[in-house]
Amino acid sequence: MAVNQLNHMEYMAGMEAIDSNIMDKVLNKIADYDYQQFNGQDVKKALEKQQLSIDDYAAILSPAALPYLEVMAQKAILETKKHFGNSVCMFTPLYIANYCENHCVYCGFNCKNKIRRGKLSYEEVEIELRAIAATGLKEILILTGESRLQSGVEYIAETVRLATKYFSTIGIEIYPLNSEEYAYLHQCGADFVSVYQETYNTSKYEQVHVRGPKRIFPYRFHAQERALLGGMRGVSFGALLGLDDYRKDAYAAGLHAYFIQQKYPHAEISFSTPRLRPYINNAENNPNDVHEKQLLQVMLAYRLFMPYAGITISTRERPVFRDHIIGMAATKISAGVRVGVGGHGEEEKGDEQFEISDARSVNEVHQMILNRGLQPVYTDYIRV
Amino acid sequence: MNDQLIIGGQEFQSRFILGSGKFSLELVKAVVENGGAEMVTVALRRANLGGEENILDYIPKTITLLPNTSGARTAEEAVRIARLAREMECGNFVKVEVIRDSKYLLPDNYETIKATEILAKEGFIVLPYMYPDLNVARSLVDAGASAVMPLAAPIGSNKGLCTQDFIQILVDEIDLPIIVDAGIGRPSQACQAMEMGVDAIMCNTAIATANNVALMSKAFKQAIEAGRAAYLAGLGRVLNNQAEASSPLIGFLED
Repeated sequence: MAVNQLNHMEYMAGMEAIDSNIMDKVLNKIADYDYQQFNGQDVKKALEKQQLSIDDYAAILSPAALPYLEVMAQKAILETKKHFGNSVCMFTPLYIANYCENHCVYCGFNCKNKIRRGKLSYEEVEIELRAIAATGLKEILILTGESRLQSGVEYIAETVRLATKYFSTIGIEIYPLNSEEYAYLHQCGADFVSVYQETYNTSKYEQVHVRGPKRIFPYRFHAQERALLGGMRGVSFGALLGLDDYRKDAYAAGLHAYFIQQKYPHAEISFSTPRLRPYINNAENNPNDVHEKQLLQVMLAYRLFMPYAGITISTRERPVFRDHIIGMAATKISAGVRVGVGGHGEEEKGDEQFEISDARSVNEVHQMILNRGLQPVYTDYIRV
Repeated sequence: MNDQLIIGGQEFQSRFILGSGKFSLELVKAVVENGGAEMVTVALRRANLGGEENILDYIPKTITLLPNTSGARTAEEAVRIARLAREMECGNFVKVEVIRDSKYLLPDNYETIKATEILAKEGFIVLPYMYPDLNVARSLVDAGASAVMPLAAPIGSNKGLCTQDFIQILVDEIDLPIIVDAGIGRPSQACQAMEMGVDAIMCNTAIATANNVALMSKAFKQAIEAGRAAYLAGLGRVLNNQAEASSPLIGFLED
């Protein structure tokens, strides 16, 4: 295919290049990461430490750590309590458009898929915002498909401005921007940016991002740093676990966040843990499969390596998993989620990117948090 | 005995200041009652006026609120948060907290001095959270602080009096109430700090993470009272493991 000729490691015109060595540091570390070399002793030693080193982190992500999940969970609970107390933050995402210019082989929004595309008008955005605000939530995450053409920066900016009327905390999960564009959205009211690298294996990345600007690996990698340079308060990291070798990808995402925090100590760091679900009844036991056990290992490893980082638990996981992971590793939970375009105040205008496994309302999630002896938190940020 | 703590002209019987950020809100009242706290800190960023789980709704009205500027990364942001607190009728007290390190949450002393100066001039009763440094404490006095809040250990660490010697210097040299703010993990550590002459203790994580928070707040109350009494009584002579000379060393003097 002629369209498949872009070099995935070279910037396209208009993409800002910043002075940073963090990508090289992370890629070098994952090239050297051989998780088979760790044994139970390495894991035990790591878990006895108060502050885990990068090597300790490598050990607790290894297969040798699987028999120690219970010990990791016990330690994770203490760390989560120490840093976050009983608090569990609540938020909901709002998808405002699902147009996409990228062809990513794993994604429901990909431009080759014949799904119902849609984009909310400003009036519709406001109807949605009002409906979400009526549930009591104060934090919102605004999402679009990755199309500058259909969902330009100005469209997102206006949505953010509207959201400031109803919400105290506004995050965005959109295509990567240049730092001055992040600065503009920050000025409009957004403070937190989520960008997921999907996989940190550059070859696999090239293979699954067939077409579109998302194919450019380094531009996506440096998005968090550009966001911070643009004045954003917090940035979120994650890999789509199961797309490639999830241990290496989780290791890389952790180091990515770790190096960013070292360079920008003020930045609020958080993680998300989306995963590709293994096929049920798949006879082949694929080592890349991320079942709940593996997902839990990754979340616990994030918590123990960076005990001060936020961790968000997705509605893609089933309620029982979500209920148990809050307070243990996760510090933020979505509630009242619709993953189609709109759908809070009016009928959905576009199809979903994925299916959710937890359809509980804000009220139901609130009650669940209380029942678990934890404290639902609606606002934990003040914009001044 | 009349032994009140006076901060910004206001008298307090209790020397236990409660932090509230890590509690389940329904427990705050029980902790206040059992601990006898008369002042409770509130992160303004948690205030959800008119909304769900608003922390301000859970604090008994008799309590003096100590809104903090948590979330501020600069003096300017701390000042703006303090002004918002006043607009929200949280009173005139403010705990200045300026932090620009998401990992250790250590206070930025320089920005803290700047914020203290601005807010004190605006009539706030300013209690700055600081890393215990004598020069900084003196600057905070000059800036108009009403008390100084040195940390004992990294916040939430429950490690106790890691900075003990430096806090002692502040107790000895600074003519303002010294309130140990972060890191106290056990009642015995609170007691020890009070024995040193610290004026009050602020505590949150150690109580919030206890199995029985109401009982632990009572334990802190008693420890703080015991430490204060010991300080007032004057600790007995301590020999510091040294033997005393059996005959006087200065017996050679003639006139």
